[in-house]
Amino acid sequence: MIKVEHLSKTFGNNEVLKDISIEINKGEVVSIIGPSGSGKSTFLRCINLLEQPSKGKIFVSGQDLTESKTNVTKAREKIGMVFQHFHLFPHLTVLENLTYAPTKVKKMTREEAEEKGRTLLARVGLAEKETAYPNSLSGGQKQRVAIARALAMEPELMLFDEPTSALDPEMVKEVLDVMKDLAHSGITMLVVTHEMGFAREVGDQVLFLDEGRLVETGEPKAFFENPQSERAKDFLAKIL
Amino acid sequence: MNLDFSQIVPYIPFMLEGIWVTLQFVIVAIIVGFVLGTVLALFKIGSIKILRRIADVYTSIFRGTPLILQLMIIYYAAPQLLDYDISPFLAAILGFGLNSAAYVSEIIRAGIQAVDRGQTEAAKALGIPYRQMMIDIILPQALKNILPALMNEFITLTKESAIVSTISYLDLMRRAQVVGANLYRNFEPLLFVGLLYWSMIMVLSLIGKWIERRLNVSD
Repeated sequence: MIKVEHLSKTFGNNEVLKDISIEINKGEVVSIIGPSGSGKSTFLRCINLLEQPSKGKIFVSGQDLTESKTNVTKAREKIGMVFQHFHLFPHLTVLENLTYAPTKVKKMTREEAEEKGRTLLARVGLAEKETAYPNSLSGGQKQRVAIARALAMEPELMLFDEPTSALDPEMVKEVLDVMKDLAHSGITMLVVTHEMGFAREVGDQVLFLDEGRLVETGEPKAFFENPQSERAKDFLAKIL
Repeated sequence: MNLDFSQIVPYIPFMLEGIWVTLQFVIVAIIVGFVLGTVLALFKIGSIKILRRIADVYTSIFRGTPLILQLMIIYYAAPQLLDYDISPFLAAILGFGLNSAAYVSEIIRAGIQAVDRGQTEAAKALGIPYRQMMIDIILPQALKNILPALMNEFITLTKESAIVSTISYLDLMRRAQVVGANLYRNFEPLLFVGLLYWSMIMVLSLIGKWIERRLNVSD
């Protein structure tokens, strides 16, 4: 599904990602963890080319996104993304947020897109909010709408960039519940997170990044109970 | 005190007609300025260097020279250089439209840059092409933020429109002068058109407030 080969990213003189290679299978739920500044978010943002990799290749569903003749805009249709700060379109209603891209980009009919949008809103538990504007929603509600908005494009892959980090503690669960539900639906998910509970229980694989390097990968159970690298042991000791 | 408004009464219809004459070219000039200004703003924030340069030079020229000079150059240069007998109406639209575009482009550029970068990223992540993202996502949010500045520009343009009287365009201001010359009294007609200008600006301000309220429904 995803193949990353020798990915490096530098900002000026600052090398934030160093030679990362990884393969992720279809349907896998991968948690990306590590200390802040380790390059987790940059790594995730390279997958849909919101950050242009400095070196290396990124394949999604067999297509090389770093190839210059690849239509990146087109490729992004298949890659949903959820941001830490939601980034809903504030001038559109909740339902319009969900139907905009499907109608304008995928050329779905309005009726079709609205029906799909309503189904998704019901799935994230916000059916009654379709005519509300984003600014009237709580953080947890905004994030659930943002997830539904990404899903409305019927992506094959979903990227989550610290989806619960900007939320009040009591709203984290409602978002994680939606993500758990999604994880069980068979979609491929990459989740940058500080929620170790989620990484341990829901993930199929954990990637541990530190100072721009992919230090350790493994199944969650093995990683959390018996981390191999010193750096991972150290990190887990501090947070668990 | 020597004030006699009764003398201007026969000329009132003539002066009132000036409202429409002024509005006619002001409206067209505002549209020209707004459309061209938007295009220039997009050039300025775009990634194509030559277009950025063009937009910057354009702004520098039209902001850096007096409007009355630009107006006269357009009015007198067109017949001389292009052998085209330009009408005062067309010269006025061009002069004001081109000038206003320079100011509007700066306002819109600032407005676009003030929209949260996350909006662009969210649109990109959804696979929305640049053009559609600008038209449907970024510009509507930018316009909401810059509406007061934009209304200010339109109000300035409406008032400054009085200088078209210098190229013998028969606008509100020019009509006051014509009436003044006929009556040998300038004060009354000038005061009268002053009132008309003020009324026009009031209406414009009210329209602006109304649009602002409508755009704020999402808050």
